[in-house]
Amino acid sequence: MELTGAQALIKSLEQQGVDTVFGLPGGAILPVYDPLLDSSIRHILVRHEQGAGHMAEGYALATGRPGVAMVTSGPGSTNIVTPITNAHMDSTPLVVVTGQVATTSIGLDAFQECDITGITMGVTKHNFLVRSAHEIPRAIAAAFHLATTGRPGPVLVDLPKDVAQSTMEWWYPAGVDELELPGYRALAPLDEGEVDRAVSLIASAQRPVLYVGGGTLKSRATDELRAFAERTGIPVVTTLMARGAFPNSHELFLGMPGMHGTYSAITAMQRSDLLIVLGARFDDRVTGRTTAFAPEAKVIHIDIDRAELGKIRRPDVAIQGDVATALRALEAAGAAPASLATWWSEIRSWQAAYPLTYDEAPVDGPLRPQHVIETLAANAPEGTIVASGVGQHQMWTAQFWPFEEPHSWVNSGGAGTMGFGVPAAIGAKVGRPDRTVWCIDGDGCFQMTAQELVTARSEGIPIKVAILNNSYLGMVRQWQEMFYDERYSEVYLSPDLPDYVKWAEAMGCVGLRATNPKEMRDVIDEANAIDDVPVVIDFRVDATEKVFPMVPAGASNDDVLVHPSQRKETR
Amino acid sequence: MNTPEPFAGEPVHTPVRHHILSVLVENKSGVLARVAGLFARRGFNIYSLAVAPAERHARFSRITIVVDAESAPLEQVVGQLDKLVNVVDISDIAPREAVERELLLATIPTDVSNRTSLLDILGLAGASIIDVDPGAITVMLAGTPTSCDELERALEDHASVELHRTGRLAVPRLGRDVPPATSERGPR
Ligand SMILES: Cc1ncc(C[n+]2csc(CCOP(=O)(O)OP(=O)(O)O)c2C)c(N)n1
Ligand SMILES: [Mg+2]
Repeated sequence: MELTGAQALIKSLEQQGVDTVFGLPGGAILPVYDPLLDSSIRHILVRHEQGAGHMAEGYALATGRPGVAMVTSGPGSTNIVTPITNAHMDSTPLVVVTGQVATTSIGLDAFQECDITGITMGVTKHNFLVRSAHEIPRAIAAAFHLATTGRPGPVLVDLPKDVAQSTMEWWYPAGVDELELPGYRALAPLDEGEVDRAVSLIASAQRPVLYVGGGTLKSRATDELRAFAERTGIPVVTTLMARGAFPNSHELFLGMPGMHGTYSAITAMQRSDLLIVLGARFDDRVTGRTTAFAPEAKVIHIDIDRAELGKIRRPDVAIQGDVATALRALEAAGAAPASLATWWSEIRSWQAAYPLTYDEAPVDGPLRPQHVIETLAANAPEGTIVASGVGQHQMWTAQFWPFEEPHSWVNSGGAGTMGFGVPAAIGAKVGRPDRTVWCIDGDGCFQMTAQELVTARSEGIPIKVAILNNSYLGMVRQWQEMFYDERYSEVYLSPDLPDYVKWAEAMGCVGLRATNPKEMRDVIDEANAIDDVPVVIDFRVDATEKVFPMVPAGASNDDVLVHPSQRKETR
Repeated sequence: MNTPEPFAGEPVHTPVRHHILSVLVENKSGVLARVAGLFARRGFNIYSLAVAPAERHARFSRITIVVDAESAPLEQVVGQLDKLVNVVDISDIAPREAVERELLLATIPTDVSNRTSLLDILGLAGASIIDVDPGAITVMLAGTPTSCDELERALEDHASVELHRTGRLAVPRLGRDVPPATSERGPR
């Protein structure tokens, strides 16, 4: 069967089981948009290519399947570099197809030429420039294989226009052996010796903590984690990337570690004598000053990426491997500590003294952002997926949203990309149309990518957006208040410019506003009653509210600033 | 993993602690940029780098990289390098277990006044003359990095010498326990 390169590309995506592509056409990718008309693949036309990338990420985070985006060359391709970087930092499986100028024009500064494989070399797991139509099936199959196996990540396939227009005899790689990846092996076998050493470290631990990272979700190891934790009674902390990997309501759960983690999670790690690290990477936002982090702890580090083992903290036992497989091996070996009663009584005292807290909202407003989040969660159906932007609202969501299941949290961790929330929520809803999807966004973030609500409305993707409108780039404001003597520099936005309700309406969404707790409850009910169009709520929250606990940047995790109401006179 | 050893000999060019990585890569366009880009991005210092098609398989190239072992832990360098999809195999060779050689070419202006001293220097170094014209000679030395360092220093007094070095190649020394390749992968 003779196909054009463009047809071969679409057919290859179909072979991979792709049901949705997020994208926006242009000159160099034009040939591919024609056979798309005849395909069963749903294409979602975004308003900005950054939106396509974050939607693909949201889709991937909510479903565990790779997200796919397609854009044109030059500015189309550079517009998607931010989501690619974001996916790279968070190990999210993504396949991005970019159009490229014809092979005969490459290197000649042709119209909309851009060396996107060069630009993305450092922020993709791998990328390909496809030089012949015959190579398209292999490139696509390899892209999916690379994106989804081992440590997942974004893979970019750059497709020159003449390659898309030329013809090939259809074929498809029968298996991994035909992908011509002689240098790639997704998984190394577990080292049994290291597993045995881990078992004996666990056996002698008195203050162990399970430090659970995003890799636990990536390897779908949440059942194994729960079984292991319940059998051993070891306390669990889940990083920002791993919210939902372990139920918040579980008695073994301590919360999130790190800069805005719970006091008990941070302090348990600091006092721990054994950290069992599952698919986490000692990010600086978790460790605080690394030299002061968990000073007495031995470390069992389990990660699929061997370069993570010892990158920041030298492990006592390093297990390169998939988290689920490693946990099963630890289970099979019956790894267990002795009694943790003393350890737990210490932990319980920290939990009792320093729970997450906030001041009650005045009846007349403004609202407390944490209260808004708790009320949204309390009224959300089971299985709701929550996305967020980056800033205070993100940290409050991570703290106060009761995560109970994996893949219910769609978030930008490693890159901290403002504007991630709205498009990522759209992608999540496309992937899980059966679920309610809330985006808890900041006013600053919302203004970066809000135009994708036009996409949501026109494609019939009814997400719900809660803007925690504090009229500030709040997180930066918090740092200026606390560490720059309240000298506020370029952080004020405005509560009503733009008018978020009118803006929402202009984009075909329902726009609502709440300024006090009574209105808050009413608009949440109203929003929950709508399921056919996107809803945007402008929650007017207190601009001076800060995120606590906080470990100041560069400080030791021993120096946690708890909520002002919990500070003792002597502190 | 081998601990980098202090380099034997006068460390004129060579960093005090260096390590040699012999990296087999797919012979595709852009692969060298990927390797070099990784080193730049992660702050690993390259002291020298030599590339050529590998052995009999034209599908692969071999890159010999001398890494400044002070700039990053070797496991980190190897671990990150190993993640590049086009990198097929990595062997790391501790200098004390390596046979290292480098090629030096130098063109030196000559006249009656310097000819004798120059010939002495070249004779002592074991360099050979590979090109001549009335006003200059071109010499080569294939030798240990130290011997190249020494020749380079000896030639410093000779005005307007044009001198090029290839960077080193290395293979494990015979008759020792050759360290295993740090990467478990090989061409399939
Ligand atoms: C693209 C991008 N630019 C800048 C920043 C730095 N930054 C981090 S949080 C933040 C403020 C976000 O403001 P908003 O969305 O209103 O959230 P808030 O903190 O007020 O909840 C800024 C500017 C960033 N993370 N991403
Ligand atoms: Mg704000």
